[in-house]
Amino acid sequence: MTEGDGLAVGGPAHGRRGPAWQLLKAASRVLIPVACALAVGGAVLALLGRDPVQYYADVVQRGLLTRLGLQEAVIRMAPLLLVGAGLIVAFRAGLWNLGVDGQFLLAAAVAAAIGGGLIAALPSPFVLALGFAAAAAVAGIWSLVPALLKARHGVNEIVSTLMTSFIGISLANLLVKIPFNDPGTTVPQTRTLPIEGRLPRLFDTPIHLGVVLSLAAIVAVHLVMTRTAFGLRLQVLGASPAAARHAGLNLTRLTIAAFALSAGLIGLGGAVEILGVWGTMRADWNPAYGLLVIPLVLLARCHGVGVIVLVFAFSVVSIGGETAARRADLPNYMTLVLIALVLGFLAVVEYLERRPRPVAG
Amino acid sequence: MADAGPRAQVEPGGTIVHLRGITKRFPGVVANDGLSLTIRGGEVHALLGENGAGKSTLVGILSGFLQPDAGAIELDGHPIAIDTPRRALDLGFGTVPQHPALPPRLTVIETLMLGGSWRAPLRRSAALDRFAALSRSLGIAIDPHTRAGSLSLGERQQLAILRALWRDARVLILDEPTSMLSPDGVRDLGRLMARLKTAGTAIVFITHKLREALAFGDRVTVLRRGRIAGHLPPEDLGATGREAVTDRIVSMMFPGTDARDDDAAAAADRLSHRRAAPPGATAPMVLDVRNVTSRGIDGEIGVTDVSFTVRAGEVFGIAGVDGNGQRPLAELIAGQRRLRGGDILLDGRSVAALSVTERRRLGLRYVTDDRFGEGVVVGQSLATNLVLKQIGQPPFWRRGITRRGAIGRHAGALIAQHDIRAQSPDTPIEWLSGGNIQKALLARELTDRPRAVVYANPTHGLDVHTTHLARMAIRRQADGGIATVVLSTDLDELLALCDRIGVLLAGRLTGIVDNGPDGAARIGPLMIGAAA
Repeated sequence: MTEGDGLAVGGPAHGRRGPAWQLLKAASRVLIPVACALAVGGAVLALLGRDPVQYYADVVQRGLLTRLGLQEAVIRMAPLLLVGAGLIVAFRAGLWNLGVDGQFLLAAAVAAAIGGGLIAALPSPFVLALGFAAAAAVAGIWSLVPALLKARHGVNEIVSTLMTSFIGISLANLLVKIPFNDPGTTVPQTRTLPIEGRLPRLFDTPIHLGVVLSLAAIVAVHLVMTRTAFGLRLQVLGASPAAARHAGLNLTRLTIAAFALSAGLIGLGGAVEILGVWGTMRADWNPAYGLLVIPLVLLARCHGVGVIVLVFAFSVVSIGGETAARRADLPNYMTLVLIALVLGFLAVVEYLERRPRPVAG
Repeated sequence: MADAGPRAQVEPGGTIVHLRGITKRFPGVVANDGLSLTIRGGEVHALLGENGAGKSTLVGILSGFLQPDAGAIELDGHPIAIDTPRRALDLGFGTVPQHPALPPRLTVIETLMLGGSWRAPLRRSAALDRFAALSRSLGIAIDPHTRAGSLSLGERQQLAILRALWRDARVLILDEPTSMLSPDGVRDLGRLMARLKTAGTAIVFITHKLREALAFGDRVTVLRRGRIAGHLPPEDLGATGREAVTDRIVSMMFPGTDARDDDAAAAADRLSHRRAAPPGATAPMVLDVRNVTSRGIDGEIGVTDVSFTVRAGEVFGIAGVDGNGQRPLAELIAGQRRLRGGDILLDGRSVAALSVTERRRLGLRYVTDDRFGEGVVVGQSLATNLVLKQIGQPPFWRRGITRRGAIGRHAGALIAQHDIRAQSPDTPIEWLSGGNIQKALLARELTDRPRAVVYANPTHGLDVHTTHLARMAIRRQADGGIATVVLSTDLDELLALCDRIGVLLAGRLTGIVDNGPDGAARIGPLMIGAAA
């Protein structure tokens, strides 16, 4: 057999060029798709009769260069980071948790009910802690349905998480409209947590403590995945369930733990948005972060720091894009068009890089 | 392709493929260095060489996975480029890899129906008819409705051969095809190749076993370090005596060594691993397998009422054609599968209710033959793979936190002790050669006071030298007092290693034989159910 020998000599090729070359390659992997997206997006803007340069300048100006815009972008990061952290756990364990939105909204509804409902009776820190804990627990328990189906019966989690997500979204809507509804308002929404009861602001800015907690959470998740026995178990499960079984890992328990942790973190994302920003949940509120964050996590190869960078970039573009679109008298969907172009070109570059190439046999 | 009509066939002996000066470089090594070969219809062309001789690179080039850096390939006299695997299939190159990649969830018949035009309707009943005819003519007995993932390794290989022929391959490339076959299977393969030859198919037979190259090859080319070390056309193979031919080939493969030395080594290979006197009845009973029963998964043959005992220092072999319950039995002992009946005792204590990890801690170890499927985790380092069965345990983890230093030191010690060739402990496991991956698995299972070790096909896919080392290691461990179980489809291996040999047929032990001079004669009939 010579297959192994081929691999042995094929391997070192990866490290053959210097670190500067590697860095350049990594940078071009991002810069080329961004440049392509800007070009195509500019053409679309020009076709619509808008000035692309002005538009892009507005995005950068408003999302990154003004104090207010940057603060808003940073605040926007909090729920995205927690959703990202949850997805890192699931994806590294080889589990496609696509039920983000259901988990997120159910948790948000519960956090909103606790925040608005208990603030009159309890001091704010207790209410906030309780809100976070309940949100994580509800989302985690909700994910037990796909987790048990997967672990016990081998049901494909892509299907089951997507399906339970729809039910979760509807259930959250129902909760806000009936049991948690604030009778004092005309639109269906929960009782409002007053601003002074929400997560504390940092240094006289609108940035709240949740941003710091979210950053800490995703860094912690990254360390757990790379530096602990639990993280290695999840990675072995993700790389090869057969190897996990051979190594004596408990597949059922690991699958359930990974799902619960993933959904719990996503639930915290729902809570941080309610307890930090809105203070209440409207029945029709659904930011649909799931499908936005999934590609970011995959592009970052489930690396915590990579997700932080991409989430920041995404937040800047989406905050800046809102203003730029308003000024150019375009619907806010233009932002999504630009982001979709970037993601599309990133995928194309990724594909070109990974095209079938000679494998050492 | 069934209705495409017969392809233009070249009469036996006519050149189908001509390779000129094929060169393929990888960083740091020239895997193929100016190879020129002629592949003729109706002929078995044996390519013989040790690990690293460049055989698999050549297979990669002929099957479209690799592009040569220099040289030309001609098909029927016309220059061609085999630039993709699909093109290789379209041109009539059918490759049967040593480890066939099959879609695990598709059935056998669905696997064969793959790869047609996307517009073509799938005609299942026609395919089944064709399957019946083809498998009958080849003497292959696989249920077409079994899922590919639950086939045994040997059956997967048979399916891969079927798949190549399904597409009317004119050039059939067999990469180490006998490594998972029983002696009968090898004989069947010989018959099958004879039938294919009369149909005009050209067969490239890749092997590192001299005996097989001579037995099956009409023409033998010896590869050594990427170059052609020698070539024996049919007239040379037939004219001179068998012994003279062997001497010539050995001197091509190992220049500078005396052929007789090699014969001596081969003879030693057969015998030296066995001890003169097996451990007596006074040696303590270590492994006691009592009436174990387990159902197979997905149509696989399970295990029914199997009992045997292994004393300290004893090597117990389990022979049988692949797919007769070997994998379920090994997994039952290791703890990867639930027992449906019976009991397993280690040092007198029942381990039936214990997990893989608990059994391992008590000294029960399992060296799997599915190295890439379950043995190692691709993408993780060699060091991590060496502690894969101890995740969370001290000294490698403390309160759940990974201690990289301890894992690295442990890897360094095992690398030195077992002579694992790797750039560093942090090298991804998949960069290691097959032989070194097996060394790593052995190192992992044999560390930390093993009591009983189960080996599944421990030398499958290894070259002569590594095989020799692996068998020596198994024997040495047994002599140190380890109760050893070797499941192998290679009867020679069991005869060389074992004190006693049990035969597994359709999930039952049909007999246990004391290994001796007449071992092979007594085991053969048991393997096919011909003995009482």
